[in-house]
Order: sequence, then structure tokens, then C-alpha cells
Amino acid sequence: MQASAKPELSVNIVTNLTTSASRETAAALPMRMTISKLNFFYGPKQILFDINMGIADKKVTALIGPSGCGKSTLLRTLNRMYETVSTSRLEGEILLDGQNILAQDVTALRRRIGMVFQRPNPFPKSIFDNVAYGPRINGYKGSLADTVEKSLRHAALWDEVKDHLHKSAYELSGGQQQRLCIARALAVEPEVLLMDEPCSALDPISTAKIEELMVELKNLTTITIVTHNMQQAARVSDFTAFLLTGQIIEFSPTPHLFTTPSDPRTEAYITGRFG
Amino acid sequence: MMNGRLRWRKFVSNFMLAMTGVCAFVSVLVLFFILGYLFFNGGTSINWDFFTKLPKPVGETGGGMANAIVGSGKILLLASLMGVPIGFLGGVYLAEFSGKGMASVVRYSADLLNGVPSIVIGIFAYSLVVLPFKHFSAFAGAFALGMMMIPITLRSTEEFLKSVPRMLREAAMALGASKWKTIATVIVPAAYRGIMTAILLALARVAGETAPLLFTAFGNRFESHGWSQPTATLPVMIYTYAVSPYDDWHRQAWAAGLVLLGLVLIINILARTILSRGIAVPRS
Amino acid sequence: MATTTTALKGAGPVTGSRSFFTRLRDGDEIARLITLLFATTVVLITAALVWELWVNSALPRQKFGLHFFVTSVWDPIMDQFGALPFIYGTMVTSAVALLIAVPLGIGAAIFLAELAPPRVSDTLQFFIDLLAAVPSVIYGLLGVFIVVPLMRTVIYPALNRPFGYLPIFKGPSYGVGFMTAGIVLAIMVIPYIISVSREVLLSVPRDQREAALALGSTRWESTWKVVVPFAKTGIMGSIFLALARALGETMAVTMVIGNTPKIAASLFAPGYSIAAVIANEFTEATGDLYLQSLIALGLVLFLLTFILNGLARLLIVFTTQKGSEVGG
Repeated sequence: MQASAKPELSVNIVTNLTTSASRETAAALPMRMTISKLNFFYGPKQILFDINMGIADKKVTALIGPSGCGKSTLLRTLNRMYETVSTSRLEGEILLDGQNILAQDVTALRRRIGMVFQRPNPFPKSIFDNVAYGPRINGYKGSLADTVEKSLRHAALWDEVKDHLHKSAYELSGGQQQRLCIARALAVEPEVLLMDEPCSALDPISTAKIEELMVELKNLTTITIVTHNMQQAARVSDFTAFLLTGQIIEFSPTPHLFTTPSDPRTEAYITGRFG
Repeated sequence: MMNGRLRWRKFVSNFMLAMTGVCAFVSVLVLFFILGYLFFNGGTSINWDFFTKLPKPVGETGGGMANAIVGSGKILLLASLMGVPIGFLGGVYLAEFSGKGMASVVRYSADLLNGVPSIVIGIFAYSLVVLPFKHFSAFAGAFALGMMMIPITLRSTEEFLKSVPRMLREAAMALGASKWKTIATVIVPAAYRGIMTAILLALARVAGETAPLLFTAFGNRFESHGWSQPTATLPVMIYTYAVSPYDDWHRQAWAAGLVLLGLVLIINILARTILSRGIAVPRS
Repeated sequence: MATTTTALKGAGPVTGSRSFFTRLRDGDEIARLITLLFATTVVLITAALVWELWVNSALPRQKFGLHFFVTSVWDPIMDQFGALPFIYGTMVTSAVALLIAVPLGIGAAIFLAELAPPRVSDTLQFFIDLLAAVPSVIYGLLGVFIVVPLMRTVIYPALNRPFGYLPIFKGPSYGVGFMTAGIVLAIMVIPYIISVSREVLLSVPRDQREAALALGSTRWESTWKVVVPFAKTGIMGSIFLALARALGETMAVTMVIGNTPKIAASLFAPGYSIAAVIANEFTEATGDLYLQSLIALGLVLFLLTFILNGLARLLIVFTTQKGSEVGG
């Protein structure tokens, strides 16, 4: 299901966007996606202001910040999901492997950038058909059964459902449904996987399972996650961006942001003084 | 990046979505088509004669539908007087006084009544009112139509009364008003617009009904006085004239159709736009 | 509250407040009883309807029993009455109506729910609601003067010349018949399918569609393969509702079906429906058996619509609730 040729990865330096750059973070890491000068509007109201950041290849990047800071909006620009709202408007550039996603066909793009939503939302079909949906519509010629099994294994769900593949997806528990949605997204072999607060509707045990999953999945695909749970971001991500009222306040490697944040507002947020 | 398969899928997508648009516009166009045809065929026949003259003897041209217009008016008036109070007060009972059990029974009966085909309502009215008195009458027709107005009136009254904010009730009761006074002076006036809308829509619906009148009010070539004579009504006249072999009667049927449809649509439009600003309108 | 109002009303000690309470209760009690009376009237009317239908159709039940449903002879002169031609006609015209109305209606509902901007969708829905309010006799008028000639001049030649060998398209056409009635019925039931399906489609949670799009579906694929299946039960409900309406429809059908109590394979043949024969022959019925046979047909119609409406309501409620259940 991969594109026929390996795409050219643009190699950029991870830049720390706060005023005091830290030498330790300047490592040459390949960027899967690059966002430049992004401004986003719903009608007359501006939501995102001059966003510049990179999503590192095969790493987990977390977007954190208080409610309403624009982190979900930012995530949804990456697969152009905002286009379902007619008043939305975007200025700037978003590159995937060096090519502007805004200039590409959106249907083809969305196969390459997958999404997992806040509440589990399996289709009203069987477990098998949920996972097989993506490959089917993209005309996958190989063995669907194999692809489904592979995806379910990657989502750590195979053992629990392998004998019940033709049961309705709605018979699964909440945590299982969300892992099913992850499997469904993985079945089309996306290059980037966007996760919008994937654990917020789940119990702690399911949350822990999915967090474990994320750490393993980054070997398969680049992950960008929005979360309101700071501890989660600290646990699973390699890079974290802190947003406040539509702007990136700080973007750096996770250990750095959480132990020695450069901006006082970041420190205020992570120490729980607001948000 | 667009391969052939993706191009095909996008083509199918655009084509099918365009088709759904065609379906929607065709469906709406039918309404304007109907109106257009009625205007075109019936417009010229609407004159003073139509509203004031009685039908001429069979085969002669000319005449009007004065008796049918009056007849429809009479029957609708009586139907409302019969159906609305029952529906309204029944709705008040459901909203304000009833327990769960009785409420479900009443609601179920109303829904059942609502789903009965209008011709079967005609049979019911026939057996209850025409058979015992051995003649067709305006009263029987009004009875049939009145029964049809009950379910919508009842359900809407219940819904709109229930939707009145608790604050209003509690304010009235805190001032010492008894329950029925609260209902009469505070709650019903607050729900008035929604209930009126529903009643008007119910009226518009029965105004166009023909089947239940076929063997209750039956019809009359002349004026009918009082309530116990067979009475001409607009819908039945349209039917009779349309299936007849006379061209002149066809012409009059178009005119009558235009008048009837105009009336029904005007009531609907007024009720759905002006009266019910901001209220959810009940579907028929 | 009791003490304050007692004080305000100037009632005295315990005995006085009790009489006030009694008065208060009496006022409310009377109101309750009056409204209860009217509510009971509704129940009684419905019960009376069923009762009258049952009692007044006793003769054919006694004379023909269940044979009533399978006899195709309707001969008032010989006092032979069978319901089959009318049941057949009702079924065939409804089937034709649904074949036309369901694709058109669901297509329109998809457009209104998924594609049209809210204001366009609401405006078009307003017109569709007006369409549902058009009286049946008006549809009959149009049927007689427009659809019947259209059938004779356009539709019949278009279908009979190439496909005349098929039993359903065989034979001559007089303009009236099963197909004409089916076409008119289709126009009449489309608004019901559109209104209910549109509501049901609008209640499908947003993230179903987004999940499909996020997997690289085209807009049509996400609508047809995810949103519509999600709303499937409710859409079925709308079809049942439309069917119930079509079954009971009298005037428009009577005016264009041909009023011939015969079973015929061809859609161009004239026929009869339950509602149509009641409308046409009720006032001419001589003799109790004749009249009661017509009433028996009315009872059949009542039962059919009763079952369909009940099913429809269940299905529609089921879907609009489903939206809140997804997500474990």
C-alpha cells in the first residue's frame, strides 16, 4: 500500500522556537511534515497565529495546552479535515515529505495521513469490515485477511478478537473499540498518524494499553497526538509543543520542556497553575 | 499522485452527488409544477360567478360552486368545534394531570387514530352517524373530519404545554394560584403559539380531505340548510367534476382545485412561518 | 405555602385551612376530571372505531370466512365477494410507487442532509413539507389530466414497444391502470421519505463521516458506505411510513386506476385498490352483504396500516437513539 518509490525526506534541524536556543536539542532529525507560517480562521475569527513547527519522522510529537488553545484545530489542519467546515480558511504552508499538502488531492492525502478520534467511532459493520474498509476502497489487491490481521496485531487487539472477526464492532468495550479504530487507521499504512485526545473517553486501564501501543507504533508510522493530559505527553512523546491562544509558546524535546521549560507560561501550565 | 483508480472514484463521487442534487430539485419542482398547472388551467375560470352561483343542471355550462364553498366552511367549522376541544383538553390532561399508565394509553390511541386511512374514518362516521339517522348530513361529515383533527391537536398540545419552562409554573404557584388557574392563565398562554400552529395545520389537512366526506356529507347540487342535510363540499365537487365527461365541469374542477390548494397552502405557509417563529413545527 | 395562603385568604385555624384545601382541591379536581373525561373520549373513539369495523363486517366473515382473502371474484349481483383483486391492486400500485419514490427520495434526502448548506437544506425542506400538504384530490386532478395522457402518449410507447414481450408490459393501455396509479402515488409519498430520511441522516454523528474521510474516502464513499448504512434502520422506517400512506390513499388512486376488479399481470392494465373500491361503491352498495364486504375491506386496510405504522415508529426511534450509543 506504500507509494511506489520511497519519498524524499527533507532534512531539517529541529529548531527550538523560544528565545534561548538550547544546543543539546539541535540534532539533525528528518522531518516528516513541516508547518510554515500557518494562520487559520473560522470565518472572521482567527484561531491559529503564525504556527511554525516540524513533525519529526518516526517520533511521537505531542500538542498540549489548555482548552481552546487551538491544539485540535492545528492537528486537523494536517489532514485537511477542517475542509468539512465551509467557513474555514487556511494561510501558509504544510509540507509532507517536502510537498505542499494543500496543492495535492485531498482524498489521496488522507490515505497517507490517518486519524484517530476523541471518542471511538467504529463503523456499523463487523470488526473485520471496519479494518478492511480502508484497503477495500483503495483497491487493495492482496489478501484482505492478512492485512486485517496485521493491523489488529499492531493495535494489540488481535488476540482478543481473532475468533470474533465477524461480530459487530459495537459489541466491543470502549477501549477495544478505540484500538479497533487504531487498527482501522493503520490498515491503509499511513505515513503519519494523527491522534486527537484518543484516551479522553477511556478508563485508565485502556488508556495505559493505548499509551504502550503508541510507543511501539512510532516504529511504523510518525505519530502526532493532542492531549490534555500532561503526564501522558510526558510519558509517550519525544517532542512536545505547548500552545496558548492559538500560538506555539514552546516547542522542544519532551524531557527538556517538562523539566526545564524556557518560557514562564509553559512552566505555569505544567505546574498546574492554570488550564 | 492521482492514479487512474482514484480519478475514477472521484468521478463517481462527483457524479453521484450531482444526481442527489437532481433528485432534490426534481422533488421540489413538482410543487411548482402543480401550482403552475393549476394557475394555468384554473386561473381564468375563477370569477365572481364561481364564488356566488350554484351549480347548473347536468350538461349545462356555467354556474359556480357557492354551495360547496359554504358547505366546506360549515363542515370545517363544526369539525373544529368537535375535534379541537377534545384534542386540546385531552392534551392538557396528558401534560398536567395524568399518570404514566393512562398517558401511554391515551397517546397510543391518538397515534392509532392518526394512522387510520381517511376512508376508514369515513366508514366509522357512516356507521355511527349516518346509519342510525338514515341520511347523509353535514354533521356526519363534520364528525369524520373532527375525529381526524383530534390526534394532532392532542399531541401538539401536550408537547407545547410540557415545553413551557418550569420557572413560569413555579412563579405562578408561588403566588398562590391553584393548579388549574396556573394552567389557564400562565401555561396555556405561553404555549399558545405552538398549539395554534398545530391546530391550523390540522385544519389545513382536513380541509383537503375528500374520502371521508363521500358517504357522510355526500354532496348536493343545491344549497343545504342546517346540519342534517347532505352537503356539497369543495373537495368532493372537484372529484365529481374531474371524473365527469363534461369539459365545462373539468374547467370548473381546475378552478376549484386552485382555490382549495391556495387555501391549504396559505394556511400552511402562515402557520409554518409567521405563527411558529422559533418553534419546532409538528410534521403531519 | 399552605400557612401563608391560608393567612392571606383569611381562613382560620385548622378547620378553616382544611376547607380551603378542599376548595382548592375541588377546583383542581374538577379540572382534572374534565380533562380526564376528554382524554378518555379519545380512547373511546378509537375503541369504537375498531369495534364498529369489526361488528359491521360480520356477514362476510360468517359467509366467506378466510376465503374472502383468496377469492378473486367480486360480483355484487351474485352476492359473491372476494378481496383478492383489491389486495392485489393495492400491493402492485404501492410497489410501483415505492420503486420510483425510494431512490428519488433517498437521493434527495442525501443531498439535503450531506451536501446542501443548512439554509438551502431548510428552504428546500420547507417546500417538501408543503408538497406533503397538497390534498389528495388535487393529485388526482393532475393524475387525470396530465399523467393519464402522458402515459398514453409517452410512457406506454416507450416501454411497450421495446419490452412488450414481458408480462408486466404487455397489452394495450387506456391511460389509466396500475402504473399510472403507481406514478401518482410515488409523487405523493416522496415527501415522507425525504423528510424522515433527512432527519435520520442529520442525526448520524459527525465523526462517522470524518472517520471515513480520514481513511481516504471520497465524499460519496463516506456518505454511501458509512453514513447511510448507519441510518439504515431509520430510512427503512421512512419507507414503511410511505408505504402506509400509499396503502390508505384513496382519491388520487380512484381517479386513475381504472376501477376494474380484475387481477392482471400487465402494469398497463386497469385495476382496483381497496380504498378505491370503497370510495366508488359504498354509496351504491345494495344489500347488507355488499356493504359489509366493503367494510370488511376497510378493516383489512386498517390492520395493514396499523402494523406498518407501528413498525415504522419503532425503526425511526431506534436509529435516532443509536447515534448516542456509539463509543462504548
